Amino acid sequence: MDILITGLILGGTYALIAMGLNLQYGVSRIMNLANGEMLVIGGFTAFALYTAGQVSPLLTIFIVAPVAYVLNWLVYRIMLRPLVKRAKSRGMLEQDAILTTFGLSFVMVGLMLWAFGGDYFSYSYLARPVVIFGDNFGLNRVVAFGCAALLCAGLYLWLNVSRAGMAIRAVAVSPENARLVGIDVPKLSARAFALGGAVTAVGGAVISTFLTLDASTGVMFTMKALIIVIMGGVGDVRGTILAALVLGLGETLVATFIDPGLTLAAAYALFIAILLFRPQGFFGRKPT
Amino acid sequence: MKRGDLSNLAWGAALLVLAALLPLTGDGYLISLGVTIAMYTVLATSWALFSGPTHYISLATAAFFGVGTYVTGAGIDHLPYWTLLPIAAVVGGVLAALVGLATLRLSGVYFVIFTLGLAEMTRQVVTWYQNKTGHKGTYVLTDLTDNDIYWQLVALAGLVFLIGWAVGRSRLGFALRIIGDDEDVARHVGINTALSKVALFIVSGAVAAVVGAIIAPRYVYIEPSTAFTPMLSFQVVIMALLGGTGRLWGPLVGVIPFTLLWEAISSSFPNQTTLLLGLSFLAIVYLLPGGFVGLWDRVKHRSARRRALA
Repeated sequence: MDILITGLILGGTYALIAMGLNLQYGVSRIMNLANGEMLVIGGFTAFALYTAGQVSPLLTIFIVAPVAYVLNWLVYRIMLRPLVKRAKSRGMLEQDAILTTFGLSFVMVGLMLWAFGGDYFSYSYLARPVVIFGDNFGLNRVVAFGCAALLCAGLYLWLNVSRAGMAIRAVAVSPENARLVGIDVPKLSARAFALGGAVTAVGGAVISTFLTLDASTGVMFTMKALIIVIMGGVGDVRGTILAALVLGLGETLVATFIDPGLTLAAAYALFIAILLFRPQGFFGRKPT
Repeated sequence: MKRGDLSNLAWGAALLVLAALLPLTGDGYLISLGVTIAMYTVLATSWALFSGPTHYISLATAAFFGVGTYVTGAGIDHLPYWTLLPIAAVVGGVLAALVGLATLRLSGVYFVIFTLGLAEMTRQVVTWYQNKTGHKGTYVLTDLTDNDIYWQLVALAGLVFLIGWAVGRSRLGFALRIIGDDEDVARHVGINTALSKVALFIVSGAVAAVVGAIIAPRYVYIEPSTAFTPMLSFQVVIMALLGGTGRLWGPLVGVIPFTLLWEAISSSFPNQTTLLLGLSFLAIVYLLPGGFVGLWDRVKHRSARRRALA
């Protein structure tokens, strides 16, 4: 029971990060490998505001989200749009996007190392135990999970109910046909990319309440988010959430029963299983 | 074999002999720099053998390299050194085959993501195994000097160039170029795309593992964090793309300037290497899409056209 809840809580926060990446990859077709750095920046901001002015990380979200949105929008418009234009095929765009976002991720890590040094940073926020089903859990973890669940649910509803959400889903399914029904695909792609970045940065602020981050941890989160997106199926919100929970649970199981140092290996085992048996994701249909 | 091929071979052999003369200078710094350059030349060229024609970006170099160093580390006390290199090649090849079979049937993105974490995952597994069995690192004590390592690497470079040259002329090389241009077309004309890709990925993995095995005596003490540095994969990718993967000798053109730049930056600003890596990636995408080779071709093309007009 203890493991189950810990795993689910971890998975819930992973879901938020992976949702951000899924928006960027599923809609804008950019495999954003600098996603983890966005998360670390969100975490850094929460840390800085909390240590400087005791601002609650839950309030920091409202600063982080718009700033990250604008930042990611600029990244898309300035750096990625020219690549989309010059690409002759999806494969070429993918290669260029991978190299560019790698570059971007290294530049961001480099700048953060320069500005803040390579130290770990953490702060203690809501580090009180709460009792669920007879076991103790950190209140910060539970609150983080609540936040993530709320945001995921909100995003899911927005994508499925609102008109803008429908347009975004249309682009995710088929950019060519979306244009035929009068959707401005480039504009929407930029917005989806920005929104994805904002979601990830918020995830970072939330995660920093209970995990220790440093300037170069981003790639680890990118890795996990990528695995989740592929497990869940690209552009599939339900799949992403389910995959995130599975990953959180799997990692917790391995960390408790085998060794805490093997979490990535656990993620990889899941990844391989998916690649071998269901490469189209949990809910995906077989490509014809 | 045409006359042009023969003269190319002769030129290659001559340059290789010239490179092999470097230790005669007796300059320790120069030789150590030579080892680094030779190491990256082999790694980048073998990387380009697979990733050049297919456009699949492999980030697994560090994993293969680390596995190779560990073959030497684990076997040096039990087996003669010379048998370890072929063992490393086999182990690296098998690992590449497994990774390739799992991911290369699918689209390129899966492959990139998988290889991205491969080094880190192998490091975790090795660390875990060592913790469980209770020894931390391994000593590799041999009487091999930098000169010996350098000569081995130059010989390996010669071998890789020869393989690359032979593959480029073979049906396999042709198949890979078609896959790189359009994978659907390749499948329709009856190429077994997965098998062709895996075959070349095995070559590139085996070579990287041998490089690791050769370099291991230079480290003396091997532990997971030195053997599996993820940075290595990225450096290799940058060097190969900077030089250009369109020609066999392309990566070499990228290796030399980048190694010198890297040495200069890491000795005077050790904390800014990550930034350098990032900026190099961006520079390649936006300024040098085909690497130096692509730039050279464009310049040549333009001057040829100007001559034709005049």
